[in-house]
Amino acid sequence: MLIEAWRYLLAHPAQFAVALGVHVTLSAAALAIGAAIAIPVGLYAARRPGVAFAAVNAANVGRTLPSLAVLALVMPLLGTGFAPSLFALSLLALPPILLNTVAGIRGIDPDIIDAARGMGMTPRGVLGKIEWPLALPVIFAGLRTAAIQVVSGAVLAAFIGGGGLGDFITAGIAMMAIPQLLVGAIPVTLLALGADFGFGVLQQRLTPRGMR
Amino acid sequence: MSWFLRNYDQVAVALGQHVVIALTALAIAFVIALPVGVVAARRERVYAVAIAVSGFLYTIPTLAFLALLIPLVGLGRTNVIIAMVAFSLVALIRNVAAGIRGVPADVVDAARGMGMSDSQRLLRVELPLAAPVVVAGLRVAAVTVISVTVVGAYVNAGGLGTLIFNGIAGDHAAKIWSGAITACALAIGVDTALAFVERQLARAQRA
Repeated sequence: MLIEAWRYLLAHPAQFAVALGVHVTLSAAALAIGAAIAIPVGLYAARRPGVAFAAVNAANVGRTLPSLAVLALVMPLLGTGFAPSLFALSLLALPPILLNTVAGIRGIDPDIIDAARGMGMTPRGVLGKIEWPLALPVIFAGLRTAAIQVVSGAVLAAFIGGGGLGDFITAGIAMMAIPQLLVGAIPVTLLALGADFGFGVLQQRLTPRGMR
Repeated sequence: MSWFLRNYDQVAVALGQHVVIALTALAIAFVIALPVGVVAARRERVYAVAIAVSGFLYTIPTLAFLALLIPLVGLGRTNVIIAMVAFSLVALIRNVAAGIRGVPADVVDAARGMGMSDSQRLLRVELPLAAPVVVAGLRVAAVTVISVTVVGAYVNAGGLGTLIFNGIAGDHAAKIWSGAITACALAIGVDTALAFVERQLARAQRA
């Protein structure tokens, strides 16, 4: 069965390359957009209890929503294709990054912040030199969760015409063509495991030496 | 909205299937995770292996997992239930182990001092005290399982995903909305309810 899948892959190299490219682009772009929104919002919210309460609650609700339901809800509004998929996947990336940014900043020992202020650091200095580096490992843990979710979600994007490796899986299931199905399912699994591993390594590297 | 009102029976049937599939998977996963978590709480190596394996399973994309099971078990509910059990193990095992490890050492000592056997200690002291953390794991697992069930409709398992897929195939927005919003509401509802149980259990312990 694996050999047949390999043959199928060799017979359709261009199609596979395009699907893989779309999948990676879609996932990476969604993660980048998610991070670009969730990290600043998280940093802003972390020190403001009212905002943090609202943000954390919203993110907790967002986290429970089924990925496919989110993709499906976007479709009647924005139609099918790459852009609606990207929009939906970016939404899915927000909650874990936001929650971890808030938790990362809030988890810092208040004595450390006091000491930094006592040394005459400006609020911006405290954020840049103390809070950001100390919270970074936790923020990266959030990015890691979001990355896995987005890579998984991007498989489902095939249902709303987003392309990617999910196309092989859906076509394979529709025609009960196992080799084709495997050509989608195996690479996408490796992609998710790779993202998990890669972010795990980054997370460890980014942990300040004293905290390891 | 009017489609939803005219076809609420169809939505109700799908919702019913959804809940049954999700509960079945959750029950099986719990039965597996409870003993594994109890053993893992006491042995570091078992913990490391159990978390590594279940974490690996959790990372596999949902649709890919369902697809990979097709050559083995074909289409249908069995397929989806296996996938859901695999996905929910990590949250359950981790929380069972964490809950038991979180029981204060002096409480365990006191139970031993009272002459409780290992199994009495587990059933009457450790598991009741671990309950809030276990429910927190159940909450994560329940949300995961509901989410996977939506996708499961694609491999003929039924449930709310059926409405979504029929809606997408027939370009019928109202069907998509009905399926997707009901699924979201179910996930939020279950999450909120279990969060409430978790808080009540924790409060009962503090009192």
